[in-house]
Amino acid sequence: MNDVRRTAAEAADALAAGETTSVALTQAHLDRIAEVDGAVHAFLHVDAEGALAAAEESDRRRASGAPASPLDGVPVAVKDVLATRGQPTTCGSKVLEGWVPPYDATVVTLLREAGLPILGKTNMDEFAMGSSTEHSAYGPTRNPWDLGRVPGGSGGGSAAAVAAFEAPLALGTDTGGSIRQPGALTGTVGVKPTYGGVSRYGLVAMANSLDQVGPVTRTVLDSALLHEVIGGHDPRDSTSLPDPVGGLVEAARRGAAGDLTGLKVGKIAELRGEGYQDGVEERFEDSLALLEKAGAEVIEVACPSFVHALAAYYLIMPSEASSNLARFDAMRYGLRVPPDGVDDPSAEQVMRASREAGFGDEVKRRIILGTFALSAGYVDAFYGKGQKVRTLIQRDFAAAWAQVDVLVSPTSPSTAFPIGEKQHDPRSMYLNDVATVPANLAGVPGISVPNGLHDGLPVGFQVLAPRQADDRLYRVGAALESLLEQQWGGPLLSQAPALEGASA
Amino acid sequence: MPETQQQISADEVAHLADLARIDLSAEERERLAPQLAVVLEYAASLDGVAGDDVPATSHPLPLRNVLREDVPQPSLTAEEALSGAPAVEQQRFEVPRILGDEQ
Amino acid sequence: MSDTLVDYDDAVSRYDPALGLEVHVELGTATKMFCGCTTAFGAEPNTQTCPTCLGLPGSMPVANRTAVESAIRIGLALGCSISEDCRFARKNYFYPDMPKNFQTSQYDEPIAFDGFLDVDVPLEGGGTETVRVEIERAHMEEDTGKSLHVGTSGRIHGADYSLVDYNRAGIPLIEIVTRPVTGLGARAPEVARAYVAQLRDLIVALGVSDARMDQGSIRADVNLSLAPAGSGTLGTRTETKNVNSLRSVERAVRYEVGRHAAVLDAGEKVFQETRHWHEDTGITTAGREKSDADDYRYFPEPDLVPVAPSREWVEELRGTLPEPPNVRRARLQEAWGFSELEMRDTVGAGALDLIEQTVADGAAPQAARKWWLGELARRANDAGTELVDLAVTPADVARVQALVEEGTVNDKLARQVLEGVLAGEGTPDEVVAARGLAVVSDDGALSAAVDEAIAANPDVADKIRDGKVAAAGALIGAVMKQMKGQADAARVRELILEKLS
Repeated sequence: MNDVRRTAAEAADALAAGETTSVALTQAHLDRIAEVDGAVHAFLHVDAEGALAAAEESDRRRASGAPASPLDGVPVAVKDVLATRGQPTTCGSKVLEGWVPPYDATVVTLLREAGLPILGKTNMDEFAMGSSTEHSAYGPTRNPWDLGRVPGGSGGGSAAAVAAFEAPLALGTDTGGSIRQPGALTGTVGVKPTYGGVSRYGLVAMANSLDQVGPVTRTVLDSALLHEVIGGHDPRDSTSLPDPVGGLVEAARRGAAGDLTGLKVGKIAELRGEGYQDGVEERFEDSLALLEKAGAEVIEVACPSFVHALAAYYLIMPSEASSNLARFDAMRYGLRVPPDGVDDPSAEQVMRASREAGFGDEVKRRIILGTFALSAGYVDAFYGKGQKVRTLIQRDFAAAWAQVDVLVSPTSPSTAFPIGEKQHDPRSMYLNDVATVPANLAGVPGISVPNGLHDGLPVGFQVLAPRQADDRLYRVGAALESLLEQQWGGPLLSQAPALEGASA
Repeated sequence: MPETQQQISADEVAHLADLARIDLSAEERERLAPQLAVVLEYAASLDGVAGDDVPATSHPLPLRNVLREDVPQPSLTAEEALSGAPAVEQQRFEVPRILGDEQ
Repeated sequence: MSDTLVDYDDAVSRYDPALGLEVHVELGTATKMFCGCTTAFGAEPNTQTCPTCLGLPGSMPVANRTAVESAIRIGLALGCSISEDCRFARKNYFYPDMPKNFQTSQYDEPIAFDGFLDVDVPLEGGGTETVRVEIERAHMEEDTGKSLHVGTSGRIHGADYSLVDYNRAGIPLIEIVTRPVTGLGARAPEVARAYVAQLRDLIVALGVSDARMDQGSIRADVNLSLAPAGSGTLGTRTETKNVNSLRSVERAVRYEVGRHAAVLDAGEKVFQETRHWHEDTGITTAGREKSDADDYRYFPEPDLVPVAPSREWVEELRGTLPEPPNVRRARLQEAWGFSELEMRDTVGAGALDLIEQTVADGAAPQAARKWWLGELARRANDAGTELVDLAVTPADVARVQALVEEGTVNDKLARQVLEGVLAGEGTPDEVVAARGLAVVSDDGALSAAVDEAIAANPDVADKIRDGKVAAAGALIGAVMKQMKGQADAARVRELILEKLS
């Protein structure tokens, strides 16, 4: 079997069976990157040497009968917002061009310890601010389903890399939907774990109280496997939950049997209707019918405050982001640009000029918004008001969990849109996050599973679960995936157009 | 709340850019000002949604007292610490002359 | 840039000063506030940093338990309430020595609040008056890096560029803020000084910091305003920074009183601004004007979770508090029978602990005081050092006193014993043995020396025989000279009087 077409689980089995080696697997993905990434532009940096060296070590471990983990030797791509020692980490920004961190993010350490060769760093909207990956300072990533369209964002690079078979696994980060929405738009699986379930140490923060690292894969089982590698307590992250993460792979395998008898599913009344494409709603209804057929009970659940989630999100997120991004000041690292026409400029003048030159439009917009929302006289009317609505959203979730085991909605109101269409219209761009932000505001986990096509473009189905019940995402996600693949006769991605011709 | 209905003027954007230490050009100020209106609209849409009795949530988790023992951990070497610095002198970060005062 | 000043006495006769003090204490924890980097003073630049205290992208803070406990203990020692649930907050402003361009601090939820310190202010005619200074809050925050300004002037203004060392960035600070102290009249400067001095003693007694003003581990900002006498109002205040000695605290207050009065006399308004204290010239100069630009955009630090000290934890920490310094002072004064003046001199010389230990080692309080404030204070002064840094222990001093009382040495020899101990020659007994300092108590040798002295001074001997006992002094001197001082003068006198009676 072609090594790049294998899922991570299949690759792990092939490694265990001696059918392939990590070096072969890694080289196959590097070749695939060389072949298609000129068109897709999922990667900002490829570390062939480092990945192959790690693959060799993995093969040695396996030869000695001591693989470090079930995924030992399976390569992975890492979103460029996670610090990697010795590899550039730019966050898609000019401000950090060429910055090589002297340390690894905890999740990167965990990947290395588990033996996963790191192929490189994936493209993203600058500092994860965007829903299309068009806001990368290094150019947009293109959707493998239609190179004229966006892959979603901010983690469009990780999603596209996985969708284009450039990597079997990738790490993403999700602040308002940056893992799940690109998953929906590229026909891949993306999981935002429970807040605190995966360490954020080394994740360059956009909005600390919302950010979470999670898996980006082609199958639900692969996400579970990767989630178990990166999850668990980290003493370097004060917001890390003390409990270990486990039982996810088991839940995915159990779910794949397709039996959901006794499961109560709540469809969120507020996350549909106006603004949602008809095709998106149709696929959603089809999927609900499948879940019912598998034995689940589906009821409608009202979450009345969810209609305010986007507003609350766009008050809270820029506030935290404006403060987080203050450190990019040209003093200790990153871009330093002298102001034009100033002799002997002061530190402050250099800061101002460097930040002007280094940040893109969307980042400046959010810094200004956040500065405004936190400024004296406005903080209660803006940031404070957002935090109160956050309480209401948490209450809606709490009330829902009294009635159902999981909540479901379409992941994104629309399929992938053409590059350039929304880039200068923040209002319609922000609407992409409408179904995904409630989970971030409440800290609950969510998954997006591909559930069909609309006009030839992928659609995603979102499952949300109570805090620390991430296993439910995998059970329901895997059940839906297996029922759909039975209908389709294979994975959705096998219907994607071939990319080979595009690389010329 | 009436103030949430206002537009943010180009002057106000200039003041915010000053607080945020970004040298926005006049063209950028003009362009950003109307785009900032979206946040005003969002804020206005929340008027009356949460009453005074609703507490603010700053954090999704109910964790408390996450504390570290006072035990030294290895630091970076000076070389590592300075590895990303735009300019270095005497094992220190070289920065342009500092105007103004410490706060 | 020289300010017009109103004569101090004139100023305080027409205006009421209001005082406020913000004291920053750098804690003596082993590691920084939010990371495991060490805090030793004087390390090579940028060798005590990590991603967190350098503010590298992606790094995160974790609060230091000992620092939190120190904050609670300081709060308890100041009679504060301890918060049941408080958060850290970000104070956002840009400055090159602040790695994240926000300071992790506390805003409207300080860990300790509503306390007081009863300050003993010395009165001119002796004695003290107690002034209660109310504490508004004590909160936790982190220190900044240190900039070295390079250029012709060596000062921040006119520097060509600066060099930043982040070793100090992230060291835990406790900021202690008073409420405005009013009704002090002319005594505001002394009260300010006495408050900082007493707070420093308290911090040292708690063992949470070495509280050395000269090293910046305790730093005071002095707020001052004037209001027309008797108006009962508060005027516009200035905040004077960089006041790094007790004497400067007093001088800075005095200076600002005169300067404010001159501004107000001229019918002008005092600017609400930061002022800089200049130790060398004894004046303040204008710094940054407080304005809209001081918009710190505080919000709760999302990377840290709240600190919610249980009441059990707080009570456990309360149990570790030392006796308050003023209570201890009063107790010791009573026990030792020292006069007010003796006690003040003892405290002033930094000899309280030393005398307490010397007494514990067996010396009488007055004897201990005599050695430490007499001979040893003189030697410390000559050496330009502090008493506590002398190479002599309270046990040594107690032993020397015991040797005197046993008659092994006299006072003069005792001073030589101390000299030997200070010179590193060993314990007092070793010095006595090595230098052969014990007084000669062999009456045969002494008797011979006395006979010799009488024979050599027949006139004097006659006077003594005639009953002029006072003349014995001359013979005693001659004998002591003969014995090279190693004789008990009282015994010599006895022998002389015996032989000539």
